[in-house]
Amino acid sequence: MRRIARSLARNRPALLALGLLVAIVLTCCIGPALTGHAPERIYPDLVRIAPGLAPHPRPETVVPALEGLAFRMRASVSDVIVRDGHVRFVLTAPAPIDARVLTYLPRSDLFGPAQILAREAEGRRLVVTAPVLARTFLLGTDGLGRDLLTRTLVAGRVSLVIGLVATGVALAIGLTYGAVAGYAGGRIDAAMMRLVDVLYALPFVFFVIMLLVFFEAGLGLILVAIGAVEWLDMARMVRAQTLSLRQRDFIRAAEALGLSSATILARHIVPNTLGPVVVAATLLVPKVILLESFLSFLGLGVQEPETSWGALIAEGARALESAPWMLAAPAAFLVATLLSLNILGDALGQALDPRRDSR
Amino acid sequence: MTAPDPYRRRCLAGLAALALVRPARAAPAGLYRRGNDADPGTLDPHRASTTAEAHILRDLYEGLLTYDNHGRLIPGVAEAWTVSPDGLTYTFTLRATARWSNGDPVVADDFVFALSRILDPALGAKYAEVLFPIRGARAVARGEAAADTLAVTAPSPRTLIITLAQPTPYFLELLTHFVALPVHPATVRRWGDAFTRPGNLVSNGAYVLRDVVPNDRVLVERNPHFHAAAEVAIPSVAFLPTPDLASAVRRYAGGEIDSLADLPGDQMASLKARFGGQVVLGPSLGLYALAFDLRRPPFDDVRVRRALSLVIDREFLAERLWGGTMAPAYSLCPPGLEHYRPSPELAGRDSLPIDREDEARSLLAQAGFGPGGRPLTVKYRFNTSDNNRNTAVAIAEMWRGIGVTTRFTYTDAKTHFAYLRDGRPFEVARVSWIADYADPQNFLFLLQGDNDTLNPGHYANPAYDALMRAAAAETDLARRADLLFRAETLALADLPWIPVMHTRSKALISPRLSGYHPNLRNAAPTRFLRLAP
Amino acid sequence: MIGFILRRLLQAIPTLLAVVTVSFFLIRLAPGGPFDLERPLAPAAMAQLRKTYGFDQPLGMQFVHYLGALARGDFGPSFSFRDVSVGELLARGLPVSMTIGGLALVLALGLGLGLGVGAALRPAGLLDRMVGLGAGLGLAVPTFVVAPLLQIVFGLGLRWLPLGGWESGAPSHLVLPVLTLALPQAAILARLTRVSLRETLSLPHIRTQRAMGLPAHRIVRHALRAGLLPVTAILGSTAASLLTGSVVVETLFGLPGLGRYFVDGALNRDYTLVMGTVVLVAVFVVVLNLVADVLCALLDPRLRLSP
Repeated sequence: MRRIARSLARNRPALLALGLLVAIVLTCCIGPALTGHAPERIYPDLVRIAPGLAPHPRPETVVPALEGLAFRMRASVSDVIVRDGHVRFVLTAPAPIDARVLTYLPRSDLFGPAQILAREAEGRRLVVTAPVLARTFLLGTDGLGRDLLTRTLVAGRVSLVIGLVATGVALAIGLTYGAVAGYAGGRIDAAMMRLVDVLYALPFVFFVIMLLVFFEAGLGLILVAIGAVEWLDMARMVRAQTLSLRQRDFIRAAEALGLSSATILARHIVPNTLGPVVVAATLLVPKVILLESFLSFLGLGVQEPETSWGALIAEGARALESAPWMLAAPAAFLVATLLSLNILGDALGQALDPRRDSR
Repeated sequence: MTAPDPYRRRCLAGLAALALVRPARAAPAGLYRRGNDADPGTLDPHRASTTAEAHILRDLYEGLLTYDNHGRLIPGVAEAWTVSPDGLTYTFTLRATARWSNGDPVVADDFVFALSRILDPALGAKYAEVLFPIRGARAVARGEAAADTLAVTAPSPRTLIITLAQPTPYFLELLTHFVALPVHPATVRRWGDAFTRPGNLVSNGAYVLRDVVPNDRVLVERNPHFHAAAEVAIPSVAFLPTPDLASAVRRYAGGEIDSLADLPGDQMASLKARFGGQVVLGPSLGLYALAFDLRRPPFDDVRVRRALSLVIDREFLAERLWGGTMAPAYSLCPPGLEHYRPSPELAGRDSLPIDREDEARSLLAQAGFGPGGRPLTVKYRFNTSDNNRNTAVAIAEMWRGIGVTTRFTYTDAKTHFAYLRDGRPFEVARVSWIADYADPQNFLFLLQGDNDTLNPGHYANPAYDALMRAAAAETDLARRADLLFRAETLALADLPWIPVMHTRSKALISPRLSGYHPNLRNAAPTRFLRLAP
Repeated sequence: MIGFILRRLLQAIPTLLAVVTVSFFLIRLAPGGPFDLERPLAPAAMAQLRKTYGFDQPLGMQFVHYLGALARGDFGPSFSFRDVSVGELLARGLPVSMTIGGLALVLALGLGLGLGVGAALRPAGLLDRMVGLGAGLGLAVPTFVVAPLLQIVFGLGLRWLPLGGWESGAPSHLVLPVLTLALPQAAILARLTRVSLRETLSLPHIRTQRAMGLPAHRIVRHALRAGLLPVTAILGSTAASLLTGSVVVETLFGLPGLGRYFVDGALNRDYTLVMGTVVLVAVFVVVLNLVADVLCALLDPRLRLSP
């Protein structure tokens, strides 16, 4: 263990990757609470806002926004003055204006509660003031007017969970299956591996689509579906390892001592295959996350109210020309995560390589 | 150990080759590359079912009547017709110049053959019921009567007589539908199901089939035997399926497609900014609605349905979410229908949203929900697509404003349709309907109690059914319109479906292409279009 | 060797049979059917269609009929393309997918092996780092992001290349799809080559050769034989997935290949079309894996060809 740690510590890119990964995980876990926006909150008046530090509404959008609101109040707006975070304007209508319509201002995402400064012409003319709100969307908003930063972070949780859990599922099935097949050997091995061959030849896209169609779709199902198709490589690898381990003296010794097969598998075989398995698992996580994004492209991935990087990227790719930030934000997170995981996996592979001992 | 040089050279050579490749952007002269939202499943008009097929079939075949590029009914194979005073017998005189693409004349018997063919139950036609107004059609299609009992006769090669079961004001319009298109009897008899293949297909429209590559293109060329061939300006058309709209728009921008028949609704603002007047929106005959399962409490309570309907901000959905490619709907029938008057509207269109919310809250409270009562949770079932999902999310957010919690059940399209068809229980489901003809009957019949396939929520109101039956028997158009109006008013009061939006046609039309006019029928026959070089 | 190949081919028959069985029942048991449209059919029409296609028979009978037809090379009629048979659809889609996939395979092999070898020769050199990063990126960016980016840069920006369409395989129409398809595979191959060749180069006998001052190209040639083994081992499944089409590339570039039949077929419940593509892909996987195994054996004679 210490050797691995030392080897990793010497590998600067790997350290960097690890640091980045930890940062991403922490941001995804804590971040959504700090952005000031709920991930599902829709701001109907702030749809597809470009990223930036400046608060919204922008001064130049106040007048059109007010005109839009006035239209719903069946009134017209004039003499708009914005000063010190407040807007002052005049509402006029052919009939007396019901003061209740002013609740549209605080409901609009743009303004605070309004106050009537003066009532003129028998209530057909109102002078109104209201605070102008200031909301920032660091990474912009999406087609429904939801904060992309918050959504990207929340999506990150889901993507990471998919990556970890689906990999875990694949790992558990693959490890058990491969070790049992390899250790049992003979006909059992042959039969078990034939099943793996069949599943290999069964196109996985078809398999996943069928699974998703069969059962009521949901996050859990996606995990199972992906895990169910990704364990094959793992099983093959573990089986090959087990086959070679079986010839080794310490296994023979254990057999001679009369230990049960289950014990030998659990105590001696599985632990000794763990090195390469860990490396393979590290590399499987990015593969799984990418696979989920492919499912999202087909419209079969994670669904509302949940979202994932893949789902966000698939939507962003469709809006590439009109709102490139919808792609950029989740894609940057995804690429950074996958890149780090790949670098880390490679470094782990090097660190675990037994041949390094001889150096 | 040096970098292998030959390898680098190969790289450079590859790059050079890349730069040398000239794009095959400029189409062969006179080829109209027409984007079509999907690949046709068949070119047999009697088996067809999609709008994408309808566009191609309209170019290949000509019915007794047809549409021009404004969606107006114009004579097709029939040059004249008379209707008996009781509105039941139509007598058509066929053009002497009507020809099949192999030169054969189009005769009245061809139509007798075609109508008998589509109504033959053995063919398994999906849309045969559109022709049920013809006397005997229903019985023939159900296999209860022989084909010769169909009231379609050809006393002479140029005379065709069709008798109806009851007066049908939209009957002439039905004759433009693909179900009423003729097929060439000799070719069908000779080739059987293979008659639609390039080389076999004989058609009577402005164009004739040249080539089909599934998922790639359907290529048609001007039919020299067409009676108005001299006025057909575009020599050939390639119908290109565009399954991914974003990439189709890119290909359009790159000049590889001359027109698109569908656009990504969520990109409309940017499309309008980029392409300006090339974005053409028009009316169409579709409804996007939410159906309630009326067998399930609390959705059997009209107050709950009305409350849920009141707070849906249709303008936001239509304008912001769908970018104006939908129109807010306050009625079942879209505007602009024939033989009708302006539809009745849901109450509250003009009232203030805050008043609507207050009313919704009080309706829910009367039904026993909300503060002091039970919380209301709605399961919203829809088939997954970007637009459906965004619509569902936005509607859920509107319902949240009156304390209603929404859960989504999303499935792929086939599962969704099969689920509703099987009459299985749901709470709220997305439904949509594209009409076959511009008559209110084609929308209102959906909610008839005996309509077991298209009425998934099992709405059954005897008063409504009685009004629909009375309208069907009424020959006076104004009185019929009144009856239908009363039926729609009743449906809007009962609200078994919440009308949310009416669909609009949306297209990108290259400046090179002229003659395209958006219309309710979504008809743009290529024979009336022109393509500048 | 010949005996080995024959035995493997014989073993493939039960594998394929199992694949056909599993997928037949999977797709048949899925909810909905090919005739469930947005607008439901009249019950009479539905019943007639089911009768025409034999869906009214017990599922087991239908399976037997399907197997019988399949044995005669008949894939049946397609439900979503009613004017053509599944056999014809496959026959028209396969050349498209194989052209694009084949070119992508060649490009990926060239790029992947070239860059991987270059990187392994100078560990921690500039090329090594670039390849490491490039391969990481290639693996991390989804295809459906790469494709529109390429379309925008080369099609709309530079206007060098068409954005889509097949045009009977005109070379300019192949460039972007092939690139899109090849890049991630090249990344995988480059990474694998780099790692495995580097390991081989650090083996004692190679180090001895180096110390003895053998010319670099001879050492590399030596090391390549062993270093390419892991690459060859995955080549079978890589080739199979490339040659049988990619739904993303075909949808975004508007190509009439096999990949779309697969997904569209499954979503449309076009039973026969799905079965046809599944069978075809399974055959490709089995055969190409066999080829890869034989290649491995040729590269390393010590490897026993185990069944």
